[in-house]
Formats: sequence, structure tokens, C-alpha cells
Amino acid sequence: MRPPHEDARSAHVPAGTPDGADPDVAAYCLRLGDDALVLAQRLCEWAARSPQLEDDVALMNLALDLLGQSRSLLTLAGEREGAGRDEDDLAFLRDEPDFVNAQLMELENGDFGRTMARQLLVSAYALPMWQALVASADADLAGVAGKAVKEVAYHLDHARSWVVRLGDGTEESHRRMQQGLDEVWPYASELFESDALLDRLVERGVAADPVALQLIWRATVEDALAEATLSVPETDWRPTGGRGGTHTESFGYLLAELQHLHRSHPGVTW
Amino acid sequence: MTAELVREVLAQVPDPEIPVITIEDLGILRDVAVEGTHVVVTVTPTYSGCPAMDEIRADIVSALAAAGVDDVEVRTVLAPAWTTDWMSEDGKRKLREFGIAPPGQLLLQIRPRVECPQCGSSDTEEMARFASTSCKSMWRCRSCREPFDHFKAH
Repeated sequence: MRPPHEDARSAHVPAGTPDGADPDVAAYCLRLGDDALVLAQRLCEWAARSPQLEDDVALMNLALDLLGQSRSLLTLAGEREGAGRDEDDLAFLRDEPDFVNAQLMELENGDFGRTMARQLLVSAYALPMWQALVASADADLAGVAGKAVKEVAYHLDHARSWVVRLGDGTEESHRRMQQGLDEVWPYASELFESDALLDRLVERGVAADPVALQLIWRATVEDALAEATLSVPETDWRPTGGRGGTHTESFGYLLAELQHLHRSHPGVTW
Repeated sequence: MTAELVREVLAQVPDPEIPVITIEDLGILRDVAVEGTHVVVTVTPTYSGCPAMDEIRADIVSALAAAGVDDVEVRTVLAPAWTTDWMSEDGKRKLREFGIAPPGQLLLQIRPRVECPQCGSSDTEEMARFASTSCKSMWRCRSCREPFDHFKAH
């Protein structure tokens, strides 16, 4: 992240937007919020299905942290948008093409190894991202980061230890761990894509620089894979489109489960 | 009602998940401001997704209503981020007596040394990094063989 300019915010907010509104920050928070929300929903599919009770509890803890992060991020996205939408409006009342999560987050769980491979790739990206955002020029986003950074450190530690245990385990666990990793690996490239929005926000000191993140991510992941005796997948295939609202086939089903209660019973509360 | 009196009332509000400690012991009660009859209570969440926060907000409002304060606003702030270092020594003692090993000083450590709350032995081991609530992990004592929860330094 580059140092923020003192008057950066006022210089970049288009004239005529409501007080406190900042469309760029809103769009960025929506990406991060959708990432956390969608991954939380996927992880919840493991409830009562994990290999052992402790991992049921662990995965639900991870999901709960991510859900909490997404609530803060979607609330912030709504505030910066300035159109009066709250976290529930954004989570439950948008359709599939309106979601801007990276496709990696929505990939089906597969077996436990594949879920842990996805979690390693996500957490090794999320930890340095939140570490950078603790110093974000947007003070509210920095506040969310201050919470998330401590939580995600646990997520990375947990995913890494499982990837190592399964990769450096039996012949069967090694084979399946490598297979799961190979399946999710290509989707990680989308996490490090730059675009005009990120360029502007990195310049303002609001967002984490994806180029720097990828360097740290690569070192973290390669270190874990070496210890796990797994190969770094080699592929030129780079699926993309999540940030623009294009999603994989299974995403609609995830969204249906996530949203149906709220849509069937508008305004329902516990 | 003065801010001191409001604080005294709130100091009695128990944590809904671990009712032996109060929200003040836990260090999540950040500020009390009285503006005429309007009372603003500021709290901070432990973990981003802690489901007890909604309960805690409701408990604050009902505790103050019972004390005759009706105009209450509960604000939530994220920064600076809550840490177990804000937990009172009294709170840590109450946790230990309840059978939960209290958090040590935060050193950004994930694998701490933890004393068994039953027998005091340091010969303990972690069984799982995550437990029944976001803030705890599962441990067992090699001396007295009892399993126990540990409130993670965070």
C-alpha cells in the first residue's frame, strides 16, 4: 500500500454523491464482503459432516468469523454507497450477477482435502491483505481489518496444518490432497487481478496492492506445500469473472439456500 | 443518572456465554456517556462474528430499563480492536474458578503454555484450536487427566 494523499478522498469522490458516499470504497468493501459471505456459506455445508467432531467445530468457527467480517464489510459497503442499503439488503436481495466475490470462494467443497486446499489458498491471501488494511486510509475499513487480522491468522494456521498432515500422510491422503489442490489452484489467480478500481484505491492508500499480496501469498503457500510434500500445480488456465458477476454453475444453488428464507418471509427476524 | 451509576449497573451484566464474568470483566464495555436523559453505551465485539453481541446489546438495554433508564443507545465500535489483555484480573480469576483456563498476556502466540484450571499443572496439551465458542480452545491436562476449555489470548 502506498502512502495516502491527505486530500485524496475529496479529490476522488464524484460531485453530486450523497454526504459520506464513496463509490470506489463501496465497491471494494462489497468485493471483500462477498468473498467472506460466500466462503462462510460454503464452509457451513460441513456442519455435521466433518471427519471428526473437532473439525466440525473448527470449520463452523472459521465460518462464523467470516460471517462476522462480511456483516461489517457489507454494512460499510452500504454506508459508502449512500443509497440506504444495509447488510441484509446486500446479502439477501441481490441476484447472482450482482455478487462480486472471487470464484475461488464459491467452489464446491469436494472432499475435506479440497476444502482445506481452498482454505489455505484463501487464508494465505487474506492474512497479508488484512495486515495491510490495518493501515488503510479508510478508518472504518481499518477497524474491520484490526478484528479480521487476528481471526484469519488462526484460519491460516488451521488450514496449513491440515494440508501438511494430509499431504505428508498416507499414499491415499497425499493423492487426494494433491488432487484437491490441483482443482482449486487455477481459481486463486483471480485474487491478484488488478483493475482500474484497485489502481485508484491503492493510490489513495485505501486498498491492499494485489501485486505485493501475490508475492507474499506465493511464498506462504509454497512453504506449506513443500512441507506437505505436495507439488505446486502448473497450469496456464486462469478462470476469472467473479469480480464482474460471472459465477460457476454451483453458485446459484448456494445463493438459493442463503437467500430463500429472507425472500420467502420478507423482514423476518429471530 | 450519572455515568458512574450507569457503569455500576452495567458492571453487573453477565456475559451470556460465560455468565460467571461480566461484560466489564471481559473488557468490552468501552464508554458510557450521559447527555441529559439520553444514555449512550459504547461496546466493542470480541470476535467479528460473536453471536453473543446481539444478546449483550439487549441485556444492556434491559438492565438499564430495570434501573429506570429508558432512553438508551448502544453503539458498537470496532477500533481499537478488542484484546484479551483488557480482561480484568478479577475476571481471569473467576474464569479459572469456573474451570476455564484464562488467557495469558497476548504475544501474538497461537500455541501458548496453559495451566490446568483443575489442578494447576502446566503439563497440558491442546486438543483442538477451536471450541464451543469463538473465544475458546479445547485442552487436556496430562497430570489430572481432565479436559478443559482455554480462553484464547486474542
